Amino acid sequence: MASTKEISEDQRKSAVRPLRHMADLDYSVVQQCMHCGMCLPSCPTYLETRMERNSPRGRIALMRAIADGELEVTREFGEEMYYCLGCLACTTACPAGVDYPQLFEHARAEVEAADVLFTPGRRFWRWLTLRQLFAKPWMLRAVGRMLWLYQASGLCALVRKSGLLRLLPENLRNLEPTTPTVCRHFSEQLIAEIETPPARKYRVGMLTGCVQDLVFSDVNLDTVEVLLANGCEVVTPRDQGCCGSLHAHNGDLEQAAIQARRLIDQFDLASLDAVITNAAGCGSHLKHFSNLLRDDPAYATRADAWDRKARDISQWLVEIGFRKPNGVAETSQVMTYHEACHLCHGQGISKQPREILKAIPGLEFVELENATHCCGSAGVYNITQPEQAGKLQREKAACIAKTGATLVATANPGCHLQIQNAVGGETVVKHPISLLAASYRAEKGEAR
Amino acid sequence: MTSVTKAAPVATLSSSTIARLRELAGAENVLTEPEDLIPYGFDGTAALKHGAACVVMPRTSEVVAAVLRFAVSQGIPVVTRGSGTGLSGGSVPVDGGIVLTLVHLNHILEVDPANLTLLAEAGVITKAIDDAALPHGLFYPPDPGSMKISTIGGNVANNSGGLRGLKYGVTRDYVMGMEVVLPDGSIAWLGSKCVKDVAGYSMKDLFVGSEGTLGIITKVLLKVVPRPKARRTLLASFDSMEAAARSVSKIIERQIIPCTLEFLDRRTCECVEDYAKVGLPTSAAAVVLMETDGHPAVVEEEAAAMEAIARECGAISVEKAADEAHAVRLATARRSAFSALARIRPTTILEDVTVPRSHLAEIVAFVEEVAARHRLQIATFGHFGDGNVHPTILTDETDHEEMERVHLALEEIFAKTIALGGTITGEHGVGLAKKPFLSGQFDEASYALMKQVKLALDPRGLLNPGKIFDLDR
Ligand SMILES: Cc1cc2nc3c(=O)[nH]c(=O)nc-3n(C[C@H](O)[C@H](O)[C@H](O)COP(=O)(O)OP(=O)(O)OC[C@H]3O[C@@H](n4cnc5c(N)ncnc54)[C@H](O)[C@@H]3O)c2cc1C
Ligand code: SF4
Ligand code: SF4
Repeated sequence: MASTKEISEDQRKSAVRPLRHMADLDYSVVQQCMHCGMCLPSCPTYLETRMERNSPRGRIALMRAIADGELEVTREFGEEMYYCLGCLACTTACPAGVDYPQLFEHARAEVEAADVLFTPGRRFWRWLTLRQLFAKPWMLRAVGRMLWLYQASGLCALVRKSGLLRLLPENLRNLEPTTPTVCRHFSEQLIAEIETPPARKYRVGMLTGCVQDLVFSDVNLDTVEVLLANGCEVVTPRDQGCCGSLHAHNGDLEQAAIQARRLIDQFDLASLDAVITNAAGCGSHLKHFSNLLRDDPAYATRADAWDRKARDISQWLVEIGFRKPNGVAETSQVMTYHEACHLCHGQGISKQPREILKAIPGLEFVELENATHCCGSAGVYNITQPEQAGKLQREKAACIAKTGATLVATANPGCHLQIQNAVGGETVVKHPISLLAASYRAEKGEAR
Repeated sequence: MTSVTKAAPVATLSSSTIARLRELAGAENVLTEPEDLIPYGFDGTAALKHGAACVVMPRTSEVVAAVLRFAVSQGIPVVTRGSGTGLSGGSVPVDGGIVLTLVHLNHILEVDPANLTLLAEAGVITKAIDDAALPHGLFYPPDPGSMKISTIGGNVANNSGGLRGLKYGVTRDYVMGMEVVLPDGSIAWLGSKCVKDVAGYSMKDLFVGSEGTLGIITKVLLKVVPRPKARRTLLASFDSMEAAARSVSKIIERQIIPCTLEFLDRRTCECVEDYAKVGLPTSAAAVVLMETDGHPAVVEEEAAAMEAIARECGAISVEKAADEAHAVRLATARRSAFSALARIRPTTILEDVTVPRSHLAEIVAFVEEVAARHRLQIATFGHFGDGNVHPTILTDETDHEEMERVHLALEEIFAKTIALGGTITGEHGVGLAKKPFLSGQFDEASYALMKQVKLALDPRGLLNPGKIFDLDR
């Protein structure tokens, strides 16, 4: 790895390459899989078809065949890499410590570079989402604002009636009724750039996220409240934008690196004890900026420091010994917990959210069967592979129904929406931090 | 070890052959694209790989029979495959051959509590068998480390062991009958539900451990036993391998038969702990996982006796599993030992030598000495109670100089094993990986007999050819 060795100026320039593929991966990452098959029973797509290519072991074998020059990047390979949910259940299951997230991201990048899945429509949607919408904070906000107006003004109902939606591609059209309701306010309108608690013990940076900012800015507000209640001064830079996880998971490592640099630039790391995220999907990506930027001499060291300071909110709270709440906001509710893939598999965080949830008075905690199974949201998987996503969603809903819970806690916006759409109106989905914040508020007799 | 690192060019099947296979098995069950085939080019064995010409996924015994009859009539080799977790290359494809994978034959057909039997299709996952026995208060004891994914057909074909071999025996001890498809396409039923049955040769036993070379097992009739009422798990650590071995011998000498006596050396403990985080001691030279099950009173007594013996033999610590869940976590962690060792070096070569129990300490010490002499990293773990050890060489297949030393070390370990009256494989089978070393263990007459049996059943040598031994040797 170049960052640790002496490198010449030329090497330094060429090291910051625009694209990263299988061949750029350290071969040992590909070689790490000893094809024992221990991951197979945890993989949703393998369990569906029982074909090796749809398993982690099979996918890694295909990647290795490409790295070894035994297979070209083909359309079939591309489709396989997008049939994978990226749920990372295989990472938890693998005793050999295979870094599947890295393999998967590079494989998708390889697929995009070879353009084997090309259709004009796909290219347009990718450009629009990855290079425009989620690359430019102002644009996402503008769209968010329009969506909010559309939903709040009643235009939405009108459009549904008019049949205009038929103009959209089928996958998207099926999804329209499940489009999340956009929040009235963005995080910045709710949170000051620096919020200081009465007794300051820590100073942390706060990541507002992109989807979280748009759809769940209330979760961001709750997070700041909880941090303040635990003696953390919170620094929330403006105009943060997407952390790039969306790009990395979809084969655009070049843009992901741009997003990562931008985010690092916004925080004065030396002055912070931690950088906090409350979205599992972001956390599992942004704890590994050093992988993404390791060949960039200007950022490699800062990316290392960043990785060391990045924390999921529940992880941080348990680390600092959060104050147990004693306000009862919701009485005698049965609650269960769905583990977001990118929290339990991506970050190995399982105990901490439970510790928080169990500390909240008035809620009865029931374990969810197969809590770590993917709900089918998996980034944009519910758009690209609606069938498999729908199947996983129904399985999740059935398990939730068995618990009798009226409240489901989960810590990722994608899962939140996917599950809310599955369980209907009776059962409410909340971020664990929102429940904790509500309990703190109830201590003071406040409500929101 | 036959080492084929780069995939050799693969002979293909003609389009009319593929078309016929599609007719027989259904088009969606016949795979021919490179992206479909590459993932079937290996099993769980290091450094063995070969491309398949085609993969067929039958869903009934009849389709298995039809495909096999057709393949044999065309002179096409057939490799049967379960979940491909084998550790001797048994299900690695052969050139121009069909891989027949039985994972869709995955139905449990009957649990018979009155006769204590269970009938399952060959592709059922091992753990699913025990799960199906559980609600009836029954128990299927063989529990290979791979039980969450290995198939019962693969277990029978390899006569697999597990962590409970000492008390409960191995897969063979539970096979009462089976349905098997023979190379001529006929379907034979062997064995019965009777506890006693001496009508004719015990043909089912011929197929146990036959590694897919004699016929394709499609259904298995298994014996199940009452589920033990109680279980106690202990973890004893020692500052020398000898002390650990001594306590195991003492336990057996005092006529205690626990279900599990598994040991792990320091390096194995480190890797497993790194993965599973179950609180294994990582500073002890050897750790022994002991488990006793059965009647609650007996279990308490045996657990106390084992603890006392371990302490007598100089255990640094003896820890009891806090509860059932903790005990399961410890056993699960032990099951991941082999894969967890892959954390250290790129290539993980696992051996499976077994010696009469009285020679355990000797073989373990010998492995350590060989490792030092050949400058190799070897971690050892295994089934102490069965005399079955897994010296695991942590190496890099691309380093030719080191691989030379690996081969020398292996030869010495095998020679020593045989000199001690042991066997080169206790539970993983011969397959491709151990084939070159088999001759040291067998005399000419044994070879001739195996060959005669093989030719009687499979005269054209098309079922898993080149596995266990070569017909033309
Ligand atoms: C992590 C790990 C731990 C393991 N632990 C143990 C252990 O503790 N004890 C142990 O004994 N083994 C162990 N194994 C080895 C392996 O799991 C067993 O040999 C298992 O029985 C193989 O089952 P499979 O379904 O994967 O068979 P495969 O690997 O697919 O096939 C194994 C052999 O059986 C043949 N075969 C498969 N199905 C049939 C059938 N229906 N009819 C005829 N022939 C067939 C194949 O041709 C091949 O020769 C372990 C493996 C791994 C990866
Ligand atoms: S990814 Fe891990 S568990 Fe899966 S086959 Fe490879 S080494 Fe085994
Ligand atoms: S990420 Fe999920 S779907 Fe993809 S290989 Fe791993 S377990 Fe399977």
